Amino acid sequence: MANTIHVDIVSAEGEIHSGSAEMVFVPASMGEIGIAPRHAPLLTTLKAGEVRVKPAGGGEELWFWIGGGALEIQPHLVTVLADTAARAKDLDEAAALAAKQRAEEALKDRTGAIEVAEAQAELARAAAQLKAIEKLRKLKRG
Amino acid sequence: MAGAKEIRTKIASIKSTQKITKAMEMVAASKMRRAQERMRAARPYAEKIRTVIGHIRLANPDYRHAFLVEREVKSVGIIVVSSDRGLCGSLNVNVFKQTLAAVREWQQKGCEVHLCLIGSKSMQFFRRLKLPIAASVAQLGDKPHVADLIGAVQAMLAMYREGKVDRLSLVSSNFVNTMTQKPEERMLLPAETVDASELQARWDYIYEPSAAELLDGYMMRYVESQVYQAVVENLACEMAARMVAMKSATDNAGSLIEELQLIYNKARQAAITKEISEIVGGAAAV
Repeated sequence: MANTIHVDIVSAEGEIHSGSAEMVFVPASMGEIGIAPRHAPLLTTLKAGEVRVKPAGGGEELWFWIGGGALEIQPHLVTVLADTAARAKDLDEAAALAAKQRAEEALKDRTGAIEVAEAQAELARAAAQLKAIEKLRKLKRG
Repeated sequence: MAGAKEIRTKIASIKSTQKITKAMEMVAASKMRRAQERMRAARPYAEKIRTVIGHIRLANPDYRHAFLVEREVKSVGIIVVSSDRGLCGSLNVNVFKQTLAAVREWQQKGCEVHLCLIGSKSMQFFRRLKLPIAASVAQLGDKPHVADLIGAVQAMLAMYREGKVDRLSLVSSNFVNTMTQKPEERMLLPAETVDASELQARWDYIYEPSAAELLDGYMMRYVESQVYQAVVENLACEMAARMVAMKSATDNAGSLIEELQLIYNKARQAAITKEISEIVGGAAAV
């Protein structure tokens, strides 16, 4: 147990790898780092590249490609949080603006065409239902 | 006999409606299975990042990130997760009720409430209330991606950073099982601590590059993953709720058809009896 370290590689849309390893190599933003068991606690970000895991008890080295992400190291645990979305500061800001705009448009556009069509369809459905119920009543009485 | 044809048409139309609801039920059932798988797949990341954030809170850095510090609450942000489409029973209504209760509670305390809406149903609902909507995103489809949510989440985080919002929470449906979905409110910011007693009392991370930059990235990913998890879970809820709603619609159509069939048979019988008695009456008259 002393000379292995637990590795979890997860992305938001699924778990990628989990298991113990003798050594892990990750592409940190400041250069590749190798992590041996009992590494000091460390937080860093990752850039796009491959994560290499030397599994415990020998065996072939495992390779995982990630498109960036974040990394946490505890003496007994390595957690790689892989990003699923390509991201950059500008891109994120643009997306934030778009979300705000959508909200504003939704507020302004009170009688949007879609809503009118939806309401009409609903009205038609309700009217048809009422007719059906009325007919049923008449038939039951008669 | 006028009634018989009408009843026959009615039965045919209900039968075709029943076919549609039956088909929707089956589609929802298969989509639910896939949505549940996606929900399960998203869980490890959400759990891992929650643990990491918990560790970060326990560390003793010189730098305190704004997202970890509790402030006096003057205004709150609520992220509401709803579905894009209807015909899924009371799923969305339950979420809205929970949200409204939370909104009312904060308003009574004299707090401002800003909403972030995910899903077109919540947009349709909350647009009528005069609450400020900070951001919204809709039409995520059956396979929501984290990338689609970044914008809305970023907008809320920016508000938190600027001090326009002092508390951020998330209201969404919790998938208990196929029959039960419970609306739930969860606090996102400031982040809560998790129990991690195996760690020593005084220690800190090595930060590479700087603590401020790193924690920013972590908190962003944390909130995003929690929201993503909620969206995926909500999708599973939506499919389950739709399946149940469509099943009961199919059953109702079935009983309606039975009833109509009975009425139709009676009407037909009456017509035949009438005809016979007319013939008999006519024969007797001759």
